[in-house]
Amino acid sequence: MAATVTISPQTLRPLAETMRPRSMAWRRGVDLLVRVIASLSACVGLIALTWILLTVCIRGGAAISWTFLTQLPTPPGVSGGGVSNAIVGTCLMTLLAGLAGIPLGLLAGVYLAEYGKNSAVASAVRFAANILMGTPSILIGVFINVLLVSPPIGLGHYSGYAGAAALAIIVLPVVARTSEDMLRLVPDTLRESALALGCPRWRMTLDIIFRAARGGLLTGVILAIARVSGETAPLLFTALNSEYSVRSLDEQTANLTVFIANKGPSPYADWQQMAWGASLLITLGVLSLILIARFTLRERKS
Amino acid sequence: MAGYPEAHPGLPTPTPLADDGRGTGWTSNVARSRNTGDLIFQSLTGLGAVVVVAVVGAILLLLLWKSMPSIQRFGLGFITSSDWDPLHERFGAWPSIYGTLVTTAIAMLLAVPLSLVTALFLVDLSPPWLSRIVGTGLELLAAVPSIIYGMWGMTVFASFMQRWIEPGLAGTLGFLPLFQGQMNGMGMLTAGLILALMILPYICAVSRDVFRMTPGVLKESAYGMGATTWEVTRDVTIPYGMRGILGAVFLGLARAIGETMAVTFVIGDNRHVAASLFASGNTISSTLANQFNEATGIKYSVLVELGLVLFLITVAFEIFAHLWLRRLRNAGGR
Repeated sequence: MAATVTISPQTLRPLAETMRPRSMAWRRGVDLLVRVIASLSACVGLIALTWILLTVCIRGGAAISWTFLTQLPTPPGVSGGGVSNAIVGTCLMTLLAGLAGIPLGLLAGVYLAEYGKNSAVASAVRFAANILMGTPSILIGVFINVLLVSPPIGLGHYSGYAGAAALAIIVLPVVARTSEDMLRLVPDTLRESALALGCPRWRMTLDIIFRAARGGLLTGVILAIARVSGETAPLLFTALNSEYSVRSLDEQTANLTVFIANKGPSPYADWQQMAWGASLLITLGVLSLILIARFTLRERKS
Repeated sequence: MAGYPEAHPGLPTPTPLADDGRGTGWTSNVARSRNTGDLIFQSLTGLGAVVVVAVVGAILLLLLWKSMPSIQRFGLGFITSSDWDPLHERFGAWPSIYGTLVTTAIAMLLAVPLSLVTALFLVDLSPPWLSRIVGTGLELLAAVPSIIYGMWGMTVFASFMQRWIEPGLAGTLGFLPLFQGQMNGMGMLTAGLILALMILPYICAVSRDVFRMTPGVLKESAYGMGATTWEVTRDVTIPYGMRGILGAVFLGLARAIGETMAVTFVIGDNRHVAASLFASGNTISSTLANQFNEATGIKYSVLVELGLVLFLITVAFEIFAHLWLRRLRNAGGR
């Protein structure tokens, strides 16, 4: 360190070979060019988003009316149909999926963050959760179809419960991984103070750690619900769809996404319009959940 | 717990809390809950963890079990055969695998460079306020349900492709067999482009995080030497984040390969393998979406086997991506 370093043209030589000397104007020009290209490519995503949202709002907005929200679907050519049954079905199945998937996911997240930590078992669980998150949602549909719908194991008929089960499987790993991350953000000093006061670990987790991580946990849960409420593929082979109102989840259950998948590609203009109306409802629902999640997190941070 | 007062002889002995009728003092309360409350809670959390592993195991086992008839009947030839003849019960997976690979390749070719440049823009080039707006926009783009991409792709984007993109490609690159044939706006190219849009936010988010891991000191020293923003990006940020980018790319790949509804709407469900990207085709997931509900007997088994193939491909990519990202994180933590 104490040795003096003399900078001579010879020591700079290797550097000069890799970086050719350029005039400042050239370097500024390249910099500007890159800025322009990068800004343009950043715009691609925004343009696509605007294009999609405008399409959905314009075409879907034309379909929205009180009748649309409160009536049952009608055959093509019969005016005044609505998607009330699909709204109810989507909400019920999402709710049920949340009731099953969120507690299980939270438990798994607590296990990973508080008990398993860096053990081999915990990394196996973490790995399984990653696999499950990366599994295409249509395969979850196939899996639940084999397990709950098709004989010999299944009941032999499509059902809303099967749809909710498929959605719950998608909720589970998302909640598990985000809640683990959020619980790990809580400093260990909080845990130690609680334990030092004689608090049992379960009380510590539920009363102290959960309260400290509340915002993050809530965000994870909302994101998971937002993700499943727009899912189509897992419902195709499980809940299917129905033209009738939802009386029981033990039969084919109407839902917005499969409704769109059935009516959207049909040749009838009025059905297509209803599909656009349903698209607007589902897009608004999902995006507002995402924005709520984003702002709860930011509020917690500030 | 019992040894606590003795361990600190100079301190006054803590007196147990008064008995309020609900317990027998704090020490015994703690002791009891350690035995019951903690045990129950820990078992419950373990149960949640076990369910996650069990579901993955069950998916693999049930898919394997249901595809056994098809595996036994067609063997490995299933992968390379192009037959699809329900009447004579001859089935092959090749057109679906081909379509899956081609659409995914198109998506990756477009989305990877675009999202890397966007990520660099967000990290190095843009002012923070703009970065936030673009970041939120990409987050929303990732959240748009796939069926909405399908509806938009089928009605708006397909006609845009038919009127502008496909004639443009045929006019300039039409000497290639890839860009010849009928232009109807629906097909593998359209599906690939929509997939590119769908995975763009995912790759972008991961590579943005990777680029952000570049230590500020490194960048600042480069700026201190008089480097321009682009020079810092090229010589510091990109080399530093290069290995993490591969992990991001594989996460995007795993997502593109299994995407269903958007592709099903625009790919045109055709079981014929064509050289042209304008031609309609099918992917594993679009075949499942179109045919699984009506399938019985051997066809049910064939379709489950297709699903199994897709599952194994995505698992392989997931494993690779996560091993890679973990190795990077370990290296970065040193």
